[in-house]
Amino acid sequence: MNATLGAASAAHVEYVLRIADSSLILGQRLAEWCGHGPVIEEDIALTNVALDLIGQSRLLLTHAGKLEGRGRDEDQLAFLRSEPEFRNLAIVELPNGDFGRTILRNFLFAAFQRPLWQALAGSADADLAAIAGKSAKETRYHLQHASDWVVRLGDGTQESHARMQQALDLLWPYTAEFFSPSPTDEVAAATSIGPAWASLEADWEAAVRPVLDVATLKLPARTPFGSFGKFGRHTEHLGHLLPEMQFLQRTVPGGSW
Amino acid sequence: MLTSAQAWVILHRVPDPEIPVISVAELGIVREVRANAGDVDVVLTPTYSGCPATEVIERSIRDALSAAGARSVRIETRLAPPWTTDWIEETAREKLRAYGIAPPGAAAGTEQPLAFMPRVECTHCGSSNTERLSQYGSTACKALYRCRDCLEPFEYFKPI
Repeated sequence: MNATLGAASAAHVEYVLRIADSSLILGQRLAEWCGHGPVIEEDIALTNVALDLIGQSRLLLTHAGKLEGRGRDEDQLAFLRSEPEFRNLAIVELPNGDFGRTILRNFLFAAFQRPLWQALAGSADADLAAIAGKSAKETRYHLQHASDWVVRLGDGTQESHARMQQALDLLWPYTAEFFSPSPTDEVAAATSIGPAWASLEADWEAAVRPVLDVATLKLPARTPFGSFGKFGRHTEHLGHLLPEMQFLQRTVPGGSW
Repeated sequence: MLTSAQAWVILHRVPDPEIPVISVAELGIVREVRANAGDVDVVLTPTYSGCPATEVIERSIRDALSAAGARSVRIETRLAPPWTTDWIEETAREKLRAYGIAPPGAAAGTEQPLAFMPRVECTHCGSSNTERLSQYGSTACKALYRCRDCLEPFEYFKPI
């Protein structure tokens, strides 16, 4: 890769970073559940999902670093970038809330990752295709796990149903960002690096709606609200998450063990 | 001079750190071994992205081959095609069961609708009257089950 990036390559890096950062930040959020799960099985499940997500982001960040050609490795990208340089979807940086909200976000996000990985498995970028092919298998279990719980809690007690509906009302507006168009997507689609995310909306909805129906949850109406995490404009929450995640590398730059 | 056939024999003796009753070769993650005048190249396909055992496995392979006389050991990671439980060797499946982990069914069965719960035989009493307690067990690759007949818990190596 050239040291000076052309417009196509810059979009390529940006496209990979969006996927990498979304996995990384959700992995960090889920890791916050370690030792705090409502039952030990779910404590373990959430941290196992976190490990998968962080593993995916390690592969993707390493790849993005190579594409970028500035010598940055996975650690430098994860731990030495500042807030506006992150390209994750805003939904993953929101605080966990209760177990129900955490699970619902996992569900909405895994249902998005699934068609994304499937489309990326045919990417012209062979490394990206390989990472996607592998990640697709893991996401299947993330989605199954979250779906089970969305139904159990949504169609559960009055209290659990009310909390899940509240969580859905809160999270739903952030899902519009999954599919908002961007010049990065146009370049990625034109160069066969990956799909424009807007093209995944139908598959996502087809996966999400039946589960929410069984869970007796009502889909909120779409509003003009928009979030812009993938463009580097974040909610106030990312600014609180990063210092904790990056503490060690900021304090001891280059430290390893 | 270490041959590739000898290297394979050694890799069948390197235990998986999480499930020490089976070897890394039986697990199906060793995809290729090439030996040339004592220099050994090993191609590995890792299991789950988040599996914390991957680095330990690389180190154990390096140590075992060096101890057996390899002049150099080079490990190459290959992601595609992705690892599948279908690659677990037949001999390993019985060992898993004896160890208390029900071996995985065919990976093709993982694309199932929401309510699907595979019927898994209890590793203790063989009963099929079992239930899943959690999609994730002590590691990402296993689910936690319980037998409704003998009431004992056991793990299920999930097909992937």
